Amino acid sequence: MSRPVDAEPRPPGLRGATRVLLERELDLAWSGGGGPLLACGFFACLTAVLPLAVGGDPRTLSPVAGGIAWLALALASLLSLERLFERDLEDGALDLLALGHLPLESVVLIKALAQWIAVGLPLALTAPVAALALGLPPALVPLTALSALIGGAGFACTGTLGAALALGAKRGGLLIAVVVLPLFIPPVVFGAGALERAASGQSPAPALAFLAAYVLFAGVIAAFAGAAAVRNAQG
Amino acid sequence: MFGLSNPQRFMAFTGPLTPVLWAVAAVLLAVGTWLSFTVPSDYQQGDTVRIMFVHVPAAVWGLGAYSALGVSSFFALVFRHALADAAARAAALPGAAFTALALFTGSLWGQPMWGTWWVWDARLTSVLVLFLFYLGYMALRASIDDEQKGARAAAVLGLVGLINLPIVKFSVDWWNTLHQPASFLTPGSSGLDPVYLPPFLTMLAAYGVLFSALWLTAIRTEIRRRRVLTLRARQALEA
Amino acid sequence: MIHTLSISDLTVSRGERLLFQGLDLRLQAGEAVVLTGANGAGKTSLLRTIAGLLRPDAGEVAFHDGDGNPLDERLARGRETHFLGHQDGLKTSRTARQELGFQCDWLGHVQCGMDDAVEAFGLAPLLDLEVRRLSAGQRRRLAMGRLVGSPRALWLLDEPMAPLDARWRAAFADQMRRHLAADGLILAAVHDPLPLPARTLDLGGLT
Repeated sequence: MSRPVDAEPRPPGLRGATRVLLERELDLAWSGGGGPLLACGFFACLTAVLPLAVGGDPRTLSPVAGGIAWLALALASLLSLERLFERDLEDGALDLLALGHLPLESVVLIKALAQWIAVGLPLALTAPVAALALGLPPALVPLTALSALIGGAGFACTGTLGAALALGAKRGGLLIAVVVLPLFIPPVVFGAGALERAASGQSPAPALAFLAAYVLFAGVIAAFAGAAAVRNAQG
Repeated sequence: MFGLSNPQRFMAFTGPLTPVLWAVAAVLLAVGTWLSFTVPSDYQQGDTVRIMFVHVPAAVWGLGAYSALGVSSFFALVFRHALADAAARAAALPGAAFTALALFTGSLWGQPMWGTWWVWDARLTSVLVLFLFYLGYMALRASIDDEQKGARAAAVLGLVGLINLPIVKFSVDWWNTLHQPASFLTPGSSGLDPVYLPPFLTMLAAYGVLFSALWLTAIRTEIRRRRVLTLRARQALEA
Repeated sequence: MIHTLSISDLTVSRGERLLFQGLDLRLQAGEAVVLTGANGAGKTSLLRTIAGLLRPDAGEVAFHDGDGNPLDERLARGRETHFLGHQDGLKTSRTARQELGFQCDWLGHVQCGMDDAVEAFGLAPLLDLEVRRLSAGQRRRLAMGRLVGSPRALWLLDEPMAPLDARWRAAFADQMRRHLAADGLILAAVHDPLPLPARTLDLGGLT
């Protein structure tokens, strides 16, 4: 029954710990009231409200379809950010995460990754549909999905940073939005810009390259600044 | 510079310095304003060109204040220095005010030329984004109850904002090339007529000294405020 | 392996309130120390400071191995320290088995670690239940499972036995004895005396 006294603990290793945490984060994302579906639902609502607000004339809607889709993408990505760290702080899970084999910087990145997979991916699939409904030329659908996928990673990283900064603050959800939306400007500009360039016959490649560069940059900043913010909130 | 990092020494050093800065700022502002009004008007823009002497220095120092905020935040984070944190906090409101002034005067300047009160070009949009950065910083600071934690979180945001600012500026510039709105004259971009240099430079210096005076005054107020809080806390302990 | 924990001249405040200052403590393998004091005296803050979750105003927390060599703090905390706080760190929507599995995997487990944990704290009937359906005592036992499933030298415990009844307190005391016998270190904040030989450090506290 008893284990050998000198059994050495098997450290999980980088990949094992990452996998285990990612699995749990994804499980939690989908269990707590259907987070991804909620974001997509919100996205759909925004897409429906806009033509009602400005009139459904395709001549007015079609040129801005890509831009509107990107704006809605940014807003929908803000949802479920408040829960990212707040729950862990309340129930003590954050302490557990801080005392594992992985540094807190990696923990923050893994949470951002989970956010991207759980929320960014479904949104990237919904974005082309919404944009089509707003009058986007069908030829641009693959580009919309691709740019939304890459941009979603940027939103996830910057959003995670915002959630960490606002940890323990009052009115967390709104605060995260105010802090994070100015930082969302580059991905929105590059993503919507890619669609515009493609619509006017130019190559979207430079815009996509800028978008990818932003994602890398946001990831690094999110890891270090986010970890600093989390440590600050813990004590 | 680090010799000043002791709050007492800082207070002693800035005590006599601050009124001098205010006086110099007042003089420079007076001279600059007089020069602004006596310089000949532009043949294209007429008298409205004089707004430039308020708009551009305000924008420049709004950005300068944010740099001061960001650098102070860096020192607050790395050296955990209370004075650095006070400096960051103190730069926020003056900087936001300068930026708001730049936005307001930018709108006033453009209206006679464009016929609208706002135009989405690279410069004005960048100034607007800077203003949003200030709002986010102040909102974060105000929303966290624990002062130390709020200060530290704000310091992280201040530094993140400073690093992000060039990227946001780049993206706005790129966006501008994409949409090519009607271009209009802005100083510094297409050669300023030398006759406008004296008022421009004077006002630029005036705003700089004004910001320094505001900033130092705000830091001193912040130090005093913290001293009061510490005293109160100590009294509460002993009661 | 942490052999010695030494705290020197530690000063900790919570917000604006100074909790304690100039605290010294030395703990060696096989030793247990009990923290006592009024509520708010700083027991939790001391434990969190040692765990690296709270930054002290002044002073030092150092870890040394059996030969007296200093250990890197991050490694000592990340691989050799357990912190069991007031909260259990369990996610209510997941099952007990999932949570215990995660905790052991995350912290690094031994071959039959999870089975041992289940056996030590009688978790078998609870495993398929969601954590939200467990009582406070059951959740505490589940959280304690990681102490057995993932062996680490230093145990920092904050009122560990509060929600437990007599039977499980005895079981936990048994685990603590085994831990000390295996050269472990225990620092526990308690209100009732520990059923173990232990030194006491009283943090006092404001009246």
